[in-house]
Amino acid sequence: MTGNNIKSAIKINNVSKRFGRITAVDNVSLSIEPGEFLTIFGPNGAGKTTLIGLMSGLVRVTSGEISIGGLDIKEHHDELRKLIGLISHQTFTYGQLTAMENLLFFAKLYDVKNIKERAGFLLEQVGLTRRANDITRTFSRGMLQRLSIARALIHDPRILFLDEPFTGLDQHAAETLKQSLVGLHNENTTIVMITHNLKLGLEMGARVALQVAGKIKFDQPSGKLDHQSFEEVYFKAVGEAHY
Amino acid sequence: MSFFDSVIAIVRKDVAMELRGKEIITTSFFFALLTLVIFNFAFDMASVQAKDFAGGVLWVAFLFSGALTMNRSFLYEKENGCLSALMLAPLDRSSIYFGKMIGNLFFMLITEVFIIPVFILLFNINVMDRFWWQTVTLLLGTIGFTSVGVLISAMSVNLRAREMLGPLLMLPVVVPVMIAAVELSGGIIRGEPMEGLYIWLEILVAFNVIYLVIAWLVFDILIEE
Repeated sequence: MTGNNIKSAIKINNVSKRFGRITAVDNVSLSIEPGEFLTIFGPNGAGKTTLIGLMSGLVRVTSGEISIGGLDIKEHHDELRKLIGLISHQTFTYGQLTAMENLLFFAKLYDVKNIKERAGFLLEQVGLTRRANDITRTFSRGMLQRLSIARALIHDPRILFLDEPFTGLDQHAAETLKQSLVGLHNENTTIVMITHNLKLGLEMGARVALQVAGKIKFDQPSGKLDHQSFEEVYFKAVGEAHY
Repeated sequence: MSFFDSVIAIVRKDVAMELRGKEIITTSFFFALLTLVIFNFAFDMASVQAKDFAGGVLWVAFLFSGALTMNRSFLYEKENGCLSALMLAPLDRSSIYFGKMIGNLFFMLITEVFIIPVFILLFNINVMDRFWWQTVTLLLGTIGFTSVGVLISAMSVNLRAREMLGPLLMLPVVVPVMIAAVELSGGIIRGEPMEGLYIWLEILVAFNVIYLVIAWLVFDILIEE
């Protein structure tokens, strides 16, 4: 299977994840179609990051099943990893390497063709061309986050997981990222984004879900939702969970 | 990406980072140097038995400085969550272990290359008199040490007290390799015939194989969560 002929995106079936006595993800079932843009909201500690960790294969499920393109993530993890990109609040970059070296290293791991051209193109896209040969330890938080976006896109993933991608970005960088995500969505990339920013999440996601205390409490297309009515749903669900 | 290619990519990345910062090699060299200086003051160099403890002193210096190297090994991967990025990449996860192991082996061997002349100067004992046998011993002992060290470093990287727990977990496991390396190096320095030392060479090889196979089998599970 290649990234271009993926039939269906992500199916999560009764998935739970426990860390000792703590249940981070509690019997979650979701189906995400190819090319869909899902935004997941939820308070701190709701299990959103763990859910993305499970979907990307970074975290092992305690019970339940996850499949991508009809392939079980446990059994076919090696081939599925080529399809997945992850942008986290951690930048996944090496401080002792330059921006270009970071991208070239990850491009090699993903067997990217024409790696220098691809890395150069992405650095230009995120506005880091001038700093390409600077050690990233000297970068600001916003610059690191932009590099992190370039790193996640280096292998042109068909599924993109974003965990608070706008954290630390200035307005210009946030707008650039937003436009990049819209562009990727238009190219049929499946996107799952976690954010605390209700306005942005509602605006960008074609579908929104609300995770509270490990469970999905709300899951609807965002079309008919306005910021105020969703805010009411959000605070009601969070309040019921005694946060 | 093939297993071999991903190992090479990780080694090259680690070497590039170390050449830029020189943190690991510099710290471990000065730590080993300090150990040798202290031993030099502690022992009477005029004693005829100086060759008896030479192997032990040499390996203690390598062990202590190596423990520092190993401790740093996975910290670079932990910073900014790079280990997660490696785990997400489509490569055999044991290649991460072998890449880190070969990188650390390289750093330790470089430290040893600089420390041995210092040892010869301080103790006036030519530990490299039987050059090839001693080289084989140093190589095998260092492989054994790094194979365990990198595995323990991966295990302890998520622990809060990793600086303390890393060496505490590593040293007992590495004891068989260290005993064999000390006996072998000591015997070579004292000019003992190799026939009597083969047993230690065999032990060293056997433990290296055991450690590397165990690491290859369990590394994936160890770094998962």
